Amino acid sequence: MKHTIRQVFRSGKFLLGFSIFLALLLIMIFYPLIIKDAPLAMIGRGTFFPPGTYVNVYDSIGSPHYTLMLDDAAANRIASKLSNDDRLAMRDWLVADGIPENQIDINDTKTLLDQWENNYDPKKQVEGMTLAKQRYYLRLNTSLQGLLSTEGVIIAANNPQSGALEEADGVAQTDYVNIKEVPNVRVLPLGTDNFGRDVLTELVSALATSLKIGLVAGMVATLIGLTLGLLSGYIGGLIDDIIMFITNIFTVIPSFVLLILISFSIGQEHRGAFTIAVVIGFTSWVWTTRAVRAQVISLRNRDHVNLSKLSGHSVIHIILADILPYIASYVVMAFILQVSSGILTEAGLSILGLGPKTTEVPTLGLMLNWALIYQAPTLGKWWAYIPVIVIIALITFSMNLMNTGLDQVFNPALRD
Amino acid sequence: MSKVMLEVRELTTKYITRFRENVYAVDHVSLKVEEGKSLGISGESGCGKSTLALSLMGYYFAPLHYTSGEIIIDGRNITGMDPDDIRKSILGTEISYIPQSAMNALNPTQKVIHFIEDVFQAHDRCKTKKEIHEFAKEAFETLGLPAEVLQRYPVELSGGMKQRTVIAVSVVLSPRVLIADEPSSALDVTSQKMVIKMLKSLMGSGFIKSMIFITHELPLLYNVTDDIMVMYAGQIVEKGTAKEVVLDPLHPYAKGLMGSIIVPEKGLRDVKLTAIPGVPPNLKKPPSGCRFAERCKYARTECKVISVPLHDAGPGRAYRCILSEKELREAYQHAR
Amino acid sequence: MPGEKNSYLSGTGLTKVFRSGRQKTVAVDHVHFDFHEGEVISIVGESGSGKTTLAKMLLGLLKPTGGEVYFQGKKRDIGTRKKKKEYWKSIQAIFQDPFSAYNIFHKIDAVLLDCINMRGGRHLPHAKRVELMTEACGFVNLKFEELTNKYPFELSGGQQQRLMIARVFLLKPKILLADEPTSMIDACSRATILDMLMQLRNEIGMTIVFITHDIGLAYSVSDVVYIMEHGRFVESGSADEVILHPKETYTRRLIADVPKIHEVWDLSTV
Repeated sequence: MKHTIRQVFRSGKFLLGFSIFLALLLIMIFYPLIIKDAPLAMIGRGTFFPPGTYVNVYDSIGSPHYTLMLDDAAANRIASKLSNDDRLAMRDWLVADGIPENQIDINDTKTLLDQWENNYDPKKQVEGMTLAKQRYYLRLNTSLQGLLSTEGVIIAANNPQSGALEEADGVAQTDYVNIKEVPNVRVLPLGTDNFGRDVLTELVSALATSLKIGLVAGMVATLIGLTLGLLSGYIGGLIDDIIMFITNIFTVIPSFVLLILISFSIGQEHRGAFTIAVVIGFTSWVWTTRAVRAQVISLRNRDHVNLSKLSGHSVIHIILADILPYIASYVVMAFILQVSSGILTEAGLSILGLGPKTTEVPTLGLMLNWALIYQAPTLGKWWAYIPVIVIIALITFSMNLMNTGLDQVFNPALRD
Repeated sequence: MSKVMLEVRELTTKYITRFRENVYAVDHVSLKVEEGKSLGISGESGCGKSTLALSLMGYYFAPLHYTSGEIIIDGRNITGMDPDDIRKSILGTEISYIPQSAMNALNPTQKVIHFIEDVFQAHDRCKTKKEIHEFAKEAFETLGLPAEVLQRYPVELSGGMKQRTVIAVSVVLSPRVLIADEPSSALDVTSQKMVIKMLKSLMGSGFIKSMIFITHELPLLYNVTDDIMVMYAGQIVEKGTAKEVVLDPLHPYAKGLMGSIIVPEKGLRDVKLTAIPGVPPNLKKPPSGCRFAERCKYARTECKVISVPLHDAGPGRAYRCILSEKELREAYQHAR
Repeated sequence: MPGEKNSYLSGTGLTKVFRSGRQKTVAVDHVHFDFHEGEVISIVGESGSGKTTLAKMLLGLLKPTGGEVYFQGKKRDIGTRKKKKEYWKSIQAIFQDPFSAYNIFHKIDAVLLDCINMRGGRHLPHAKRVELMTEACGFVNLKFEELTNKYPFELSGGQQQRLMIARVFLLKPKILLADEPTSMIDACSRATILDMLMQLRNEIGMTIVFITHDIGLAYSVSDVVYIMEHGRFVESGSADEVILHPKETYTRRLIADVPKIHEVWDLSTV
């Protein structure tokens, strides 16, 4: 036993899978201890806020201002306001004006602006330019002038006594605040989803729920499969026929269809995470039963089983002491596969909208469901669905990797 | 004096385990096999006879490593040859080796004739397919195998037939020495007899010039080989002609071994079978003295301390014990 | 001589047919046998002759398809589990591969303790049980203090087989079936195993039935020999009769195919 465990932890594949899994588990456990927000709290008024650090503007006005003279401040300011289309338009005008193309770099904002400032003249006639286009360049130039000014901004507030707008404060272009002194700053590494929920917190909570569902489903399926497989494999005869008959029925009916039907009939009201997990478990035990039964059939004629019989042991004792330990490694692997498939099945169900209730806990599948319904892919809001997909992939990958590693330890013939 | 086909001088080879320990499985073994003669090697499992077979070919791959000694085949010293050279020029052509359960070497998805074509091609013998077929047919007929076997798949053949087929294929290139490791152990008695008959006829028909037969079953060696060598814990403890070793063994281990032979003959029931208690020593730390001393009935105090060389007891006869022939024979008489 | 000893285990027309779908294989075909108390019997047959199936039926591990088995003169009745347990107090077995006969997850003590329990020693104090186990191990030249708390794979093949014999010593059955007990043991240790079995027989008057393919082994230890081919007994009689003066062709061939030392081994008969 100890020797086997030592070998398991020497297997490269198992270690890799185990580390990924452990990392996910640790995140799952420690994240909620640090960030104590409710996962389904709608913090964003509005949909799909992109990922980033969100600083409260009201508080930053009131926080101490620091003056920093940075060279590229103006350029950065303008660069963010100048869209790519505008830059291309500026380049076209400059080229038409006679500036060689290779001297113009649309990404170098400063030089581009200098060139524009030096050369633009609204009165210059460029061949082939429509009136609309001319007006566009005029507007562009005016807005650039605005951008190039170094005037600050004046904040006015209502005087509580007179009710009139009074000058309260001024903000210069060189004023900076230290984020640490701003009381309300929120980092949203993965932005918000369509409901305005913090995707990262939601994701961690969903991971925990999905894992729990997977575990419960896996345990239910493995227990049913193990018991039925042991009984039908060892006792044989009529019991074997009955169990195989039931197994065949469950094989013929596609389990996913069965799941959908059961899920639907339970109704939205009663579909908690735990119920779904048990239902998944009840429809996916077939493969485990068959596999365990095959192993047991090959074991029941072994000499040590015969010796046990000759020593007067009961059927239950023989099954538990002489058969079960020999298939234990196999059952562990089957369990891991069942958990991983349980997670995937739940995700599949939830995408269809037949998963656990949407108001209590998020699951990985539910997050994908929301993303799809609210058209995140079409809108280009990648943070609403890509992280979920990555997590699902990582979890199933790590479990399958552990499984392959274990397989190689238990089946030396498979080692490379 | 006939030509010496295979001569081995003080060959020592070792296994290196996963934990970097050296296990000297073959310890300073010397032997000589002449043209037209066969040598049998016997001993209990773990004594090193299969390792010796592998070592004799000079084809070492981890964890088996060569340590010292010389191997000379028909005058040609192959010690230290590159494994690739050995594969091309020695294996199959000078020495041929049949491992235990050789019948499993047949590819179940290919006909037997394909296997033979493979052997020829691997040795760069440029013969056309037709020539190979003709040759194979002739060879099989000479060896007493039905020619139709060539067109069969291995699953269609019985265990005995498969074993004989593999033996036939391993000698198509007429090697000087054939090494057979337990060629008949996995078969029933009748198939075993057919394999033995075939091996004897191989010598008679000139397909091979000499043979080394390895098995733990002594009655087989008695009936097949000219000379017998008994191994214990990686060393040779007795050698001589088959009759000498089986009917008049000198070394106490050999004596015990011969006393435990069971054959269905008259007189078997009147003799008490000898049992040798204990287990062979661990070859990771071989004892400094005689390796058999712990289990030996006639051991003296010196036996466990001094290392014992082989003593000559006549032409081609030797045994590894510090007691003289006379002393041993007297002791055996006493024990009766 | 028949009639002197009591018939201990006998059978008439014992048959076992295996059915798989439409196919049927007759493994044991209407065999008659009569084992007497204290005898050493050998059933000799090649692989596929049905001898292992016959052994399993005798042990009560396999249900016969036809025929009757008589135990101590009366029809054998092992219908219920209780009766089977009772039966197994009188009949035990040793298997061919000592290693696979042990549960590799249990220490070897478990095997011996099971035997003590079977003989009703479940409530004996620990010290007494250790004493019984030490005595049993001593009989087979093993030291219990060295073996206790070890796992089967820590013992050699010969030690494992001897421990199986120690188990039989504890159970003291009236009849023992030994299925190829020495085929996986080295030649030098074979005599030890056979010696111990014979000693056991002498001490407790046990009947031994050897099941083997080795006709030499059969000749060296048995009183009575049965030759089995394709599920039938083709010849039977005292060891000397069957081996030295075989009547049937199959028996003759079987003997002729084994290499000899003092007699000539004729290779031309294949």
